[in-house]
Amino acid sequence: MPSNYPGFKHGADREAVSAARVKALESLLIEKGIITGNTVDSVLGHFETKMGPFNGAKLVARAWVDPDFKQLLLADCNAACEQMDFPAGMSGAEGEHMRIAENTPEVHNVIVCTLCSCYPWPTLGLPPYWFKDPTFRARVAREPRVVLSEFGVELDDSVEIRVWDTSAQIRWWVLPMRPAGTENMSEAELAALLTPEAMMGVAQVSV
Amino acid sequence: MNGPHDMGGMHNMGPIPIEADEPVFHSEWEAKVFAMSFATFGNYFPVDETRHASERMPPAQYLSASYYERWLYALELLITEHQLVTQAEIEERMAQLAQDR
Repeated sequence: MPSNYPGFKHGADREAVSAARVKALESLLIEKGIITGNTVDSVLGHFETKMGPFNGAKLVARAWVDPDFKQLLLADCNAACEQMDFPAGMSGAEGEHMRIAENTPEVHNVIVCTLCSCYPWPTLGLPPYWFKDPTFRARVAREPRVVLSEFGVELDDSVEIRVWDTSAQIRWWVLPMRPAGTENMSEAELAALLTPEAMMGVAQVSV
Repeated sequence: MNGPHDMGGMHNMGPIPIEADEPVFHSEWEAKVFAMSFATFGNYFPVDETRHASERMPPAQYLSASYYERWLYALELLITEHQLVTQAEIEERMAQLAQDR
């Protein structure tokens, strides 16, 4: 195991140095007309309102109530997106080739980008910090059952775990199992049960 | 390329830092570096070049940098290589902003 001895530390001004560099870059890029004073707000707004896990939740909820749609979602995620009332650009940045892996009683799927942070932005938005952390990237590939247990997902030994390396070529995400006791729920109520974690495979959906 | 970014299966990484109620960005500069990257890739260079740029960090720096420190490195590398901004302009602007403070 690595030692905890604190002999090496980044400087205390680490954050301030990055903040100062970013401030300089922002001011230069605005001055040269490459971005505008509104760019930061408009990009962040895009992820708050247009691209986020609310889209993935709608797709999964529809797949739970409509078997034909589920087949389409599994066969061609991007075509399924086109059937939804989603904003334009769903097949744009980071969403060109999305695929979804279906959880069943026998198989549990989990996604990781071992090389960096590829993630299906259009259906799940921006990934959490832990997804981009070296610890997750390294460990879920070697010991997925232990990692899932750290997230609170305890799987029977008989359940096969499939780890999907989501990449620049294919951006994977997970179709969770519909929980029992949701038979009378509407599509919107079902969508409200879904979390990004469930659609990454590090949580089960609960009622 | 078998670089430091190829982390799948690496040993001795320790516990995963899972945060409760995590914000989308931990600081304003992280949000800004993401937004500036998003606004430039696609228009001035392809998104894949951004990832490759972070993989071009010297290995020891790559491993000790935070996620958005790598993005910042990649953004600077690409905007200078694609001649949108020069390194001298960046250093000059930083000095100027530090003085104005």
